[in-house]
Amino acid sequence: MGYTRQWFKSGTPWIWLNGGAVAFSMIMVAGLIGLIAVRGFGHFWPSDVALINLTNASGERSTLIGQLVRSQTVPAAVARDSGETVPDDIELVTRHLIKLGNRDQTGRDFAWYLELGMEPWQYPRDIMVVERREWGNFYGQPLALLREGTVVATPDAANFMTELQAAVTRSIELHEEIRRLERGAVGRINARLERLRLDERRLELDEPPADVKAAELGRIAATRATLDDEYAVLRQELDVIYASTRRDTLQMRMADGNEVNISLAAIMRITEPNAMSVFGKSAQYVERLWEFLTDDPREANTEGGIFPAIFGTVTMVMVMSIIVTPFGILAAIYLREYAKQGTMTRIIRISVYNLAGVPSIVYGVFGLGFFVYYLGGSLDQLFYEAALPTPTFGTPGLFWASLTLALLTLPIVIVSTEEGLARIPSTIRQGSLALGATKSETLWKVVVPLATPAMMTGLILAIARAAGEVAPLMLVGVVKLAPALPIDATFPFLHLDRKIMHLGFHIYDVGFQSPNVEAARPLVYATALILVILIMVLNLAAISIRNHLRERYRSAGE
Amino acid sequence: MTGEQTTNVTGDLAANQPEAPTRRERPVVSAASARKIGERDTMSLSDEVAKIQVNHLDLFYGADQALKDINLMIPEKRVTAFIGPSGCGKSTLLRCFNRMNDLVDICRIKGEIVMDGKNIYDRDVDVADLRRSVGMVFQKPNPFPKTIYENVAYGLRLQGVTSRRVLDEAVEKSLRAAALWDEVKDRLQDNAFGMSGGQQQRLVIARAIAIEPEVILLDEPASALDPISTLKIEELINELKQDYTIIIVTHNMQQAARVSDYTAFMYMGNLVEYGDTDTMFTNPKKKQTEDYITGRYG
Repeated sequence: MGYTRQWFKSGTPWIWLNGGAVAFSMIMVAGLIGLIAVRGFGHFWPSDVALINLTNASGERSTLIGQLVRSQTVPAAVARDSGETVPDDIELVTRHLIKLGNRDQTGRDFAWYLELGMEPWQYPRDIMVVERREWGNFYGQPLALLREGTVVATPDAANFMTELQAAVTRSIELHEEIRRLERGAVGRINARLERLRLDERRLELDEPPADVKAAELGRIAATRATLDDEYAVLRQELDVIYASTRRDTLQMRMADGNEVNISLAAIMRITEPNAMSVFGKSAQYVERLWEFLTDDPREANTEGGIFPAIFGTVTMVMVMSIIVTPFGILAAIYLREYAKQGTMTRIIRISVYNLAGVPSIVYGVFGLGFFVYYLGGSLDQLFYEAALPTPTFGTPGLFWASLTLALLTLPIVIVSTEEGLARIPSTIRQGSLALGATKSETLWKVVVPLATPAMMTGLILAIARAAGEVAPLMLVGVVKLAPALPIDATFPFLHLDRKIMHLGFHIYDVGFQSPNVEAARPLVYATALILVILIMVLNLAAISIRNHLRERYRSAGE
Repeated sequence: MTGEQTTNVTGDLAANQPEAPTRRERPVVSAASARKIGERDTMSLSDEVAKIQVNHLDLFYGADQALKDINLMIPEKRVTAFIGPSGCGKSTLLRCFNRMNDLVDICRIKGEIVMDGKNIYDRDVDVADLRRSVGMVFQKPNPFPKTIYENVAYGLRLQGVTSRRVLDEAVEKSLRAAALWDEVKDRLQDNAFGMSGGQQQRLVIARAIAIEPEVILLDEPASALDPISTLKIEELINELKQDYTIIIVTHNMQQAARVSDYTAFMYMGNLVEYGDTDTMFTNPKKKQTEDYITGRYG
């Protein structure tokens, strides 16, 4: 008894308890990151493609080609419930989820198969995975490469793969050329046409003198004619390229023996994973990961990359920081330095602190009602009348999303700035005042610089909060698929009125709104990991700035 | 002050530093040897030119009266020390001279402080102007989070001086006057926080004299410093009194005896005794003063 009491008095249990709490937290965090990483990043590994012959309960033989997604062992009853025929004497069955691809042909991408009745899996080296721009992957065995309808190479020829890859590369280059033209030249022409339309509309609204109006209309008509001509030329050029992309076709045989012709224009990549070495697969892995980070999404976000979402998130956080930092800091300085400390300031302070606890969706509703419809609507009436009834700012967009998040994070910045200001020793202020500085000179030359690390801390917390927020964004400017990035080469470069994509919302969308659940699942994990990494990068950047500032103002704050 | 005298002072001080007087002995500080103004045997307030005249000064913190009917004359280009136990009001009085007490909301003042014929508590006095002519050094070194150069140049920049040449000269002059130039001339662009406490305090003094005030207030300037740094500050005070009127608050009686020409003893908000330092420490007129100086209380 004495020993136990001694032990408790020594404080050892507390150390164990505290250490245990830390260990538990660390395990949870590591587990979280680990799970997301494994699930997300496994997706990009080009796993082997199996050829499976199986006989079902009624004795029909069939062949599958596909990649194993996962396997599970379930009680036979469960399998029977899901419509499988399992003999009565079997209690446990193993089933495999196979990615079959060929969605356009068979109508389903993924399917469960019982191991019962399967012959040993084969991995023929000639099975090809064709990644297409639409309809997802195609699995099958190649038969021939056709050019203008005639066979140029067959798999038995030694140069078949080289020929094929060259043709694919060519078609990808052509595709990029088309994209460049459409995004660039055609986009510019469209933008100028739209401006002309607005000019015209403005003329109607402004009612200038008849001669001025006539002259203007003439100019507009002339410019429009030139633009139309330019467009016709481009269109022709595009038509030629389009025709050229249809030159080659790949003839493939599916698992069920049907033959399918795939135009090379629709193909993004062709691989033979069963014939690849680990080294080749690693290279492939890096390539796919890079594609995921830098490409636009395809197929209702279940294929392709997440670049617009990364870009949108970063842009939104930046714009938000630019808005929230000055507001929060100025408000905090007033509250701490100028306002007479009394009941009023206490009420304001309590309100600000409570603002931090308001559910974020409430901010979203407020942002939609006040910012988007009221402020945005008024802005449109004042400055973008010509574009009406199409709203410019009277619709959710980047600026309103940033503004709403700025409001959401304002309390964080105010509170940490105030705390930073309160920590500046009064002797430093007095030192400045004693040299004949006024209060504002003291504030701006001595106190505020010393409080910058605290302000940065506030900003770090604000960024972490904002980057991960989803609920309010769905109301004020984030969409499933944005047609253009918020920053591009056309004036005014930063398009605050554009809708953006956001990683947080992307996870929600891919995870819950996707038509193809199995295809989306790994992307949810991968996107989540990217979001975590992005927030970490933003935080680390802000933390390093803060540490740099701390180093500069070291010891004065203590 | 000539070089010879400077050496003398240093020598005297150094010689007397280790000689810690015992408490019961009277006089506590052997004033005759500690005095550095050996050239003048007698000093008298009546011979001095008044720099500041305090008339019937009362100061209240809310309902508490912290200073009670203070009347006193601060002589020009002399060192005047305020001594007394903690809470006696000596720092409060010091802060009246540059109106630092204005920063305390509940502080109220009655009476007047006349400096060069002008009551500094008049309505038309610009406090910033006043503080430019009455510099102050605080108990704890409080350099700004800037470079050494910018710390010294701060006051001048406030006055709108931008000329690099003028600033360079002023910085060098002030740092020399604060006996810091040789130590920092090669690292003027370093952060002031990298200096030692004693250097920081001398930097703060340099910062104060860079704007060429007439009066310098020192609020226990050496209490946070080690003995060597204290010695340097005391030497510095001796140098500075050639050009400035200096008022120093100190808890350290030897320090008061060493550096000051005149001493005021305060107790519970009252000015108990005020006179030349020699007389105060060798032959105090009031019992309270004697008790305090001899260490019987306080």
